[in-house]
Amino acid sequence: MPTLFPNPEELALILPQIWLAAFGLAILLLDFLLGPRQKWVNAFGALLGVAASGVALWRLRGVHAVGVPGFGGAIVVDPFFVFFGFLFLASTALVILLSVRYLEVEEEHRGEYYALMLFATVGMMFLAAGTDLVVIFVALETMAASFYVLTGYLRRDKRSNEAALKYLLLGAFSSGLLAYGFSVLYGMAGSTRLTEIGYAFRTPSNEIFPVVALVAVAAGLFFKVAAVPFHQWAPDVYEGAPTPVTAYVSVASKAASFAVLMRLFLVVFEPMRANWELLLGGIALATMTWGNLAALTQTNVKRLLAYSSIAHVGYILLGLVAGNETGLKGMAFYLFAYAFMNTGAFAIVILLRRKGVIGDELDDMNGLIYRNPTAAVLMVIFLISLAGIPPTAGFLGKYFIFLSLIESQHYLLAVFAVLYIVPAVYYYFRIVVHMWLREATDATRPAISPAQAVALAACTLVTLGALLYAEPFVRLATYSLLGSVVR
Amino acid sequence: MVSPSYYLTLSAILFGLGVIGFLFKRNIITLFMSIELMLNAVNLAFVTFSRQWGELSGQVYVFFVIIVAAAEAAVGLAIILLLARNRQTLNVERINLLKL
Amino acid sequence: MVEQFTFYFFAALAVISAVLVVTVRNAVYSAVFLITTLLATAGIFLQLRAEFLFVVQIILYVGGIMVLFVFVVMLVDLDVALRQVQFNRQKWVALLVVLAVAGQLVFALALGSEALGLPAAAPESLEPNTESVGLRLFESYMLPFEIASILLLVAMIGAVLLGKRQKPPRSEA
Repeated sequence: MPTLFPNPEELALILPQIWLAAFGLAILLLDFLLGPRQKWVNAFGALLGVAASGVALWRLRGVHAVGVPGFGGAIVVDPFFVFFGFLFLASTALVILLSVRYLEVEEEHRGEYYALMLFATVGMMFLAAGTDLVVIFVALETMAASFYVLTGYLRRDKRSNEAALKYLLLGAFSSGLLAYGFSVLYGMAGSTRLTEIGYAFRTPSNEIFPVVALVAVAAGLFFKVAAVPFHQWAPDVYEGAPTPVTAYVSVASKAASFAVLMRLFLVVFEPMRANWELLLGGIALATMTWGNLAALTQTNVKRLLAYSSIAHVGYILLGLVAGNETGLKGMAFYLFAYAFMNTGAFAIVILLRRKGVIGDELDDMNGLIYRNPTAAVLMVIFLISLAGIPPTAGFLGKYFIFLSLIESQHYLLAVFAVLYIVPAVYYYFRIVVHMWLREATDATRPAISPAQAVALAACTLVTLGALLYAEPFVRLATYSLLGSVVR
Repeated sequence: MVSPSYYLTLSAILFGLGVIGFLFKRNIITLFMSIELMLNAVNLAFVTFSRQWGELSGQVYVFFVIIVAAAEAAVGLAIILLLARNRQTLNVERINLLKL
Repeated sequence: MVEQFTFYFFAALAVISAVLVVTVRNAVYSAVFLITTLLATAGIFLQLRAEFLFVVQIILYVGGIMVLFVFVVMLVDLDVALRQVQFNRQKWVALLVVLAVAGQLVFALALGSEALGLPAAAPESLEPNTESVGLRLFESYMLPFEIASILLLVAMIGAVLLGKRQKPPRSEA
């Protein structure tokens, strides 16, 4: 039985989160001491926090396959959590590096921004670790609330305000759906622990509760990952949010939502796979279709990347439809590759932001090859990877998904998944055309700050390295699946 | 002794009304209230199940739902105030607003 | 008998006020009817032996959150806010959710509680329980309690950050 005060071993299990929260609080206090020119110290502090958390997480890597439960079964530290934890920390670090210059240009450089990012990461990590409905719900809201505020962070910008409002309304609505589903799950098991609920699901006491729980929980989670038909918020939020936050929402919040989606579907809903496999396949297909088609006509780079990210969600969901080891490995690897290639693409958009120019329209990309050849070449690499063309990480992610679909004999879905690469290549190529073939409309040369250079280098390295030197990355994805998530 | 299915039905009706309110109302603040209505229905379902099982974690969950509702309301109403204040001082730099 | 009467009274009160919340045009009336719904639900909580939640519902929900709502309704010029955000593109999602809920409703009524397979509630099993709720909260649910403190901190930072008076317009504008 859990005691009132946790013992040191239990605290060690949540040490990564404790570090993040401690540094977040420290930044809030430190911010008052810093002059307007010294705000980068906040960013440095946030990076230190991420590093400290990373070290604590690294110490936990040796956990055995079933994982170590903590706090009376409220969380579990298993390879699945460790993998996603590192993914969150990596994307947080990248976004912090990209934020410094952007916030200086916006003249909104304050410590709260970094503190909120760290708190969001705390929420995400508990989300990936949570094996209790209460923990999952509260962690999800911690993450989401931080993102609502970060989205509306540019207070003077009406676009940012409206994006935050829309995000918050739809986010709160989806949380309501999710909570209703959770209430039914609780009603079935008489417990909030996922393992107990999993047992109750194998022998449900009636026909109706499992269906209602599945529909409500799935709808709530599809909102969070922006799957069709619950994707409407994504393009508006992506466009209105400050670009580093857009990158963060599209990468980290998506990975966190997928982490909880995988855990719930594989631990709780697995006994009724026959019921949801078709539903999920349909949703994935609709998501790929709508995301790819809507991206074709976009003229704003952030909106285009938003629709393309919806298409990527479709691909990742296919891994769960296949449900075999390759598919789940593919999901983990896809999310990992997506984090780096998508952040990289947004990093180039961030470069184009300067005083008086927002830089997120397709025409702002014109002639980038003459204005900053490095940025243009890197952008091409990220776009190739997003389209799923070798030799990049994106290709390997898609390859695993296709393979898993064929292995599990979902041939129709596999055909569609391959076909949709064509429109994807087309709309990503439009950006390339603007960069290489169009006359530059303004002659300014966007510079790359040292912090941005580090982030870009990391993104490029992983995007290219993950295929050319794939073995450790694949092992990483395989490692994530050791444990209780997959039987 | 009232059967639990009555409580659950009441909860479902309240939840449905909240969803309908959210999707059909035009006023932002009423949208928020619809969400509160949905969460209230969730709470009712949790308390019912908690009573049936004779087990208290459902009641603890309700406590957390109320915390979450408070946090959402605080952030949401701050954003509404900000938006209302910014209406007059439109930033010329970003004229094309989101396609809302 | 008394129990049934109490239930029907509070249930009718909750449903009628909830209908009014989503039908009246004036947001202040909506808020008042929402308060009525919340109070009626609090009554049902008491009937379901959740006296701690009964008190929390009244103090926190009605006394805290709803007062905040009414406050903002008074502050914001609603005529303009009306046209700001529209969600009509999502109406058919409503259909899905309402159908799911209606399905449950029909089944729950048709089957009755026996067919739902819930254990029969022992009459005295949850009485009086404020102390047990507190113990439960700090034993099994201490971790989410701590996470919730971060959630509230985030909400506080957010409200202050977004709500505080802004600096003079930037130099470039």
